[in-house]
Amino acid sequence: MAAFIIRRLFQSLIVMFFVAFVAFTMFRYVGDPVNQMVGIDTSLVQREALRERLGLNDPFIMQFGRFVLKALSGDFGISYQHKRPVTEMLLERFPATLELSLVSAIFSLLVGIPMGVYTGLHRYGWLSRFFMMFSLIGISLPTFLIGILLIFLFAVQLQWLPSFGRGTVIEIGGWRTGFLTISGLKALIMPAITLGLFQLTLIMRLVRAEMLEVLLTDYIKFARARGLSNKAIHFGHALKNTMVPVITITGLQIGSILAFAIITETVFQWPGMGLMFLQSIQNVDIPIMAAYLMMIAFFFVLINLVVDLLYYVVDPRLRVDAVKAHG
Amino acid sequence: MSVPLLQINNLSIEFNTRRGNLVAVEDISFEVAEGEIFGIVGESGAGKSLTGKAIIGLLEAPGRISGGKILLNNERIDNLPYEQMRRLRGKSIGMVFQDPLTSLNPLYTIGRQLIETIQTHTNHTATQAKNRALELLREVGIPAAEKRIDQFPHQFSGGMRQRVVIALALCVNPKLIIADEPTTALDVSIQAQILTLLKNLCRKHGTAVILITHDMGVIAETANRVAVMYAGKIAEIGPVREVVQNPQHPYAQGLMASIPVIGRKMKYLAQIDGSMPRIAERPSGCAFHPRCPHAIELCNKQIPELLNKGKTKAACLLFRNGNP
Repeated sequence: MAAFIIRRLFQSLIVMFFVAFVAFTMFRYVGDPVNQMVGIDTSLVQREALRERLGLNDPFIMQFGRFVLKALSGDFGISYQHKRPVTEMLLERFPATLELSLVSAIFSLLVGIPMGVYTGLHRYGWLSRFFMMFSLIGISLPTFLIGILLIFLFAVQLQWLPSFGRGTVIEIGGWRTGFLTISGLKALIMPAITLGLFQLTLIMRLVRAEMLEVLLTDYIKFARARGLSNKAIHFGHALKNTMVPVITITGLQIGSILAFAIITETVFQWPGMGLMFLQSIQNVDIPIMAAYLMMIAFFFVLINLVVDLLYYVVDPRLRVDAVKAHG
Repeated sequence: MSVPLLQINNLSIEFNTRRGNLVAVEDISFEVAEGEIFGIVGESGAGKSLTGKAIIGLLEAPGRISGGKILLNNERIDNLPYEQMRRLRGKSIGMVFQDPLTSLNPLYTIGRQLIETIQTHTNHTATQAKNRALELLREVGIPAAEKRIDQFPHQFSGGMRQRVVIALALCVNPKLIIADEPTTALDVSIQAQILTLLKNLCRKHGTAVILITHDMGVIAETANRVAVMYAGKIAEIGPVREVVQNPQHPYAQGLMASIPVIGRKMKYLAQIDGSMPRIAERPSGCAFHPRCPHAIELCNKQIPELLNKGKTKAACLLFRNGNP
């Protein structure tokens, strides 16, 4: 087990190194940052001086080495646009994105799994058919459209929920949370649904497909033949056996939620990292783009590690150090 | 004689499909006495497993019981509501499936699966249930039960898993066990062990067994009485010794003749020509007549009934006027 974790950590380091390389190389060739930072009337000499000061004239290897070393200590440089440390800016925005992502992930799991179980059990029921149709909508409607429809209905027409922003936030030890105020929670509802709807339908369809398969297995038939209650069979024996693929997909989707909150954050003007990333692209603010890419890669690596560990928890057959079959 | 443990009266099983109703099992009747081992033998598709599933109430849609009665201790069980039937399963009727490798949930320890079953049917506390589970594991011959109870199915070999499955089927002392091909998935040396175990345990607890198999050898060694099924009907039924040594029905004769005997030299194994008709294509009259070496003209017109013939009953028109 420990060996496995160490091996995975080592692999993760390699992945992160390559992402750093790609991030650095790619953004080095995206436009000239100096042009973005200075006005038209800046002289060539001044430009060259700035270039020298930013270290843009050093050989590639040196620049990359400097980037990696600094990144390791959590320093991603200064934003060209805002003239502030990137790390500080990201950390400021991070709570908003994380809270939104977590809530929408939990929403999609809490609703998606029961819906999947239900549609798997009552395959031909009218409610199942309705859920399946609903899930088609969730899968096929683009996120921004869902967001705008929700805004139109609940913010413009009914005026129940705010159409943008995070509401009132409370700061606890540098973490600005919207969980503790009514307006913060209200502001969270629509973005979370918008962001989570696709994941919800995906999880529902996955759980349904897995349930249909598992319900045909011999151990479910045997469980029935032993007279176990339907509840024990469906939610114990069957659901647990659907969990390995569900964990895989959910893990990947949580990564995607974090990374692709961009659109939802834009629609709802949610002050998170995605919105900042989009603005940084418009301004060719390379340090922010690089740092964002690194951070998302880090989350994917982290989530994958957690997913692999969860496999061990769920499926005893994967615990290789357990006693082998004998007898 | 007192009332038999299980009575099957004129049971029919149908599949409602788009192409119409397919009758898979037609009008079969038999009885199983307490503590008896009753064998059902036949080819694949003869309806033996369906009969077993119908008894325990686990026919899968679109299959359904279309006629007849099933009585356990003289009480009808084929028309019980789902919840009542569920309580009967495991408690009064246990079942052992063919493949021990897939019969156990891979994600739960065998102890958990045992305890769960025991607690479903009794008021045992967790500790009592665990002690009972340990006792059962020892009874089915699992060494180091204290250690094994916390292990997962994949840590057991096939034979050991079938022992666990038997322990699960027996855990609240049902009156009847339906063993559907319990040894087919096991290798031959293990087969004998499992059969002996099943036989001894059932004798000890007075449990009746319906042993469903295609293996005449298994029946011959284990069962008291046997029903030979062909195309959804009982072809011959009687004491196992009679059916094996002196079969009456031409199909049963063919089956017995096709068992190779060690020491007897032969160039080819004996066989019954042709194969069993598919469910939708059953011939008129006696379903066996196209393959029957003794078929007469009447055979494709009239459906034979079970008639007494010596110590067994056989469904063959040859016996309609006493001995042929």
